[in-house]
Amino acid sequence: MSDVIIRAEGLGKSYRINHNAPREGYVALRDVLSRQGRVLWDTARGTRRQESPAKFEEFWALRDVAFEIKLGEAVGIIGHNGAGKSTLLKILSRITEPTRGRVTLRGRTASLLEVGTGFHPELTGRENIFLNGAILGMGRAEIRRKFDEIVAFAEIEKFLDTPVKRYSSGMYVRLAFSVAAHIDPEILIVDEVLAVGDLDFQKRCLVKMATFATGGRTVLFVSHNVVAIRRLCSRCMMLRAGVVEADGSAASTVSQYLTSDASASGEISWPDGKANPGETQFGFLRARLLDEQLQSAATFYDSDNLRVELTYRLTRPLGNSRVGFLVSTSDGVAIFETYDTDRLPDLQSRPAGVSTVTCELPLSALMPGRYIVSLNAGIPDVRNLAYVEGALRFDLQASSARRFDVHVSRAGAMNPHATWSTQCDA
Amino acid sequence: MTNQEAALQSAAGGTTTEPPLVASSDQADQRTGVPAQPKDSAPVSTAKADSYELIIEPGRAERNYWRDLYRYRELFYILAWRDVAVRYKQTAIGAAWAVIRPFLTMVIFTVIFGRVAKLPTEGDAPYPLLVLAGMLPWTLFSTALGEASSSLVNNANLITKVYFPRIIVPTATVVVSFVDFLISLVLVAGVMAYYRFAPGWQIATLPVFLLLALLASLGPGLYLTALNVKYRDFRFIIPFVVQFGLYVSPVGYSSSVIPQKWRLLYSLNPVVGVIDGFRWCLLAGQSELYWPGFALSTAVLVLFLWLGISKFRSMERGFADII
Repeated sequence: MSDVIIRAEGLGKSYRINHNAPREGYVALRDVLSRQGRVLWDTARGTRRQESPAKFEEFWALRDVAFEIKLGEAVGIIGHNGAGKSTLLKILSRITEPTRGRVTLRGRTASLLEVGTGFHPELTGRENIFLNGAILGMGRAEIRRKFDEIVAFAEIEKFLDTPVKRYSSGMYVRLAFSVAAHIDPEILIVDEVLAVGDLDFQKRCLVKMATFATGGRTVLFVSHNVVAIRRLCSRCMMLRAGVVEADGSAASTVSQYLTSDASASGEISWPDGKANPGETQFGFLRARLLDEQLQSAATFYDSDNLRVELTYRLTRPLGNSRVGFLVSTSDGVAIFETYDTDRLPDLQSRPAGVSTVTCELPLSALMPGRYIVSLNAGIPDVRNLAYVEGALRFDLQASSARRFDVHVSRAGAMNPHATWSTQCDA
Repeated sequence: MTNQEAALQSAAGGTTTEPPLVASSDQADQRTGVPAQPKDSAPVSTAKADSYELIIEPGRAERNYWRDLYRYRELFYILAWRDVAVRYKQTAIGAAWAVIRPFLTMVIFTVIFGRVAKLPTEGDAPYPLLVLAGMLPWTLFSTALGEASSSLVNNANLITKVYFPRIIVPTATVVVSFVDFLISLVLVAGVMAYYRFAPGWQIATLPVFLLLALLASLGPGLYLTALNVKYRDFRFIIPFVVQFGLYVSPVGYSSSVIPQKWRLLYSLNPVVGVIDGFRWCLLAGQSELYWPGFALSTAVLVLFLWLGISKFRSMERGFADII
């Protein structure tokens, strides 16, 4: 008996892209009819032109993906936007069928693509627990058994019979996550649900998931959050353009991922605001690293100050929120994160339109090396608006003002300005 | 977890190529040496876990479709319950609406068709009762059609995040109109009491015609909901179909006013059979059932149902990709 729990063989998924179609997935009947009408009209007048070549293009979101996952493994799947992560996830959760290949899953499977799927604002907390539980695949008896636990974990006892539309956003997310945390399958497939609700919340999720993974269950965790993957997974696969490009220990795959499109880049822009697809309210438009002359740069000296400039667009005004970034080393170890609200008494409300925030900070405390800047924006504990992993990279070099041996293979990423003194008692 | 378990088991039943491998949580514990969740908290999941194997490949979901549908029945109940609960929470007058609306329509139809146009009733049944017996199935049909056809788009977040046989969603919404129907039966009882009109033994067949009315709305409903996912402007067609249908169905008048030679053609409308059946069943034999027409209506109804289901099934796999 093998202990392979998930086996994927030759998995492929193709989509047909219609270059004439509007960007939305659906088409309007009106357009179809008018096109047909035009064709008829042209035919009737004998002026029908040669049918233009098919505007459909086949796009393979996944190509020949094969892997095996053993019992008790916690495997991360990483990749840039469009690498095929979501498609793989949807196939594994049976939301969409593969075009070819097959997957065998041995064990009761639950997938968590979102917290609070199907929550209805008009229903009470109690009703939503049953609804959401059923949607996640729990039976009524099972939900009833875990009901008290779920309520206690979410800390909403007093509001159990209040419609969730009256909940604060924090309560809403806590309840949603609490239901999700109490599903008890043998295989758990998790999307970036951890990316909602910002870092405090993510930490709780990670703890919960870690206990799950050590309980002899199998976890498949799809993310582009390298920090979470490193914490949670022992093994990690990297997808790129629909193909498994790397499969190995989490640390090695993550560092390969981070250096994959590798040269340092001090400026990136998304003219269409699609840095984070799926989010319509908030979009990063541009991110730049600026040197002392306010020119965009990718190489800095540790005597310099780093300026990070973030430009974003809001389609609607946004309540209490923060915008900032996370700096990590090239192998994915987080060093710090900072937000534009850090020195303010409170989070900030933001108007609709385009805004630019700039941060200036000294680099003297960092070791020379390659650093990665990931953009982040959200409402802490509630909702993540945008997380752009590895948007910018910069190289940090030791200035001549420091002794050169500092950067010859020392452990750690920090290089604080330490003052030493010696006293000899002769 | 019973739904999911069952669905997995069903998939396991469908595989013949490989022996089912055991992956129960008991064994998981032995292998890793790590205690799992406390046993007493999950007796069901551990007791039942002997072999689950789920195979995902192109066309696989097709084969186990009807079995899957049965396994996911609990989700059906809960979605239907959700739709009913939400419906009566959102309206200020709640359930009363299901009585007020048909009552007002009944009054208007009685005045226009019975008094102004002086159309005949059936036997000596009071005209309001005749209207009501036609209007109940019509309201059931039209609201079910409307609710079902927009259901998938309204539940897009479910469709793209969770797997289940999609047909559950439009079918569950039909239950809402069914509950409305049951409430408006109160009105029928009231009107019958007012006219001191006693129903006959035929009323025992009401469930049969009720089922017929539900199936009549489900067929076109499934067809339209599938198209509505792909062509979003299809939703504009539905109010038109409903309005048009009100006049070509014998809601405000008795179908006996249709000249005999047109009667069969008229019965191509599946709702005609349903409404005639309701009148026969509620009006205590005052209404003659025109059997050839009824049979034809029912045949068309079955055809529509088959068309609806097969259209839905053929488009279902792509829903998550285009919704």
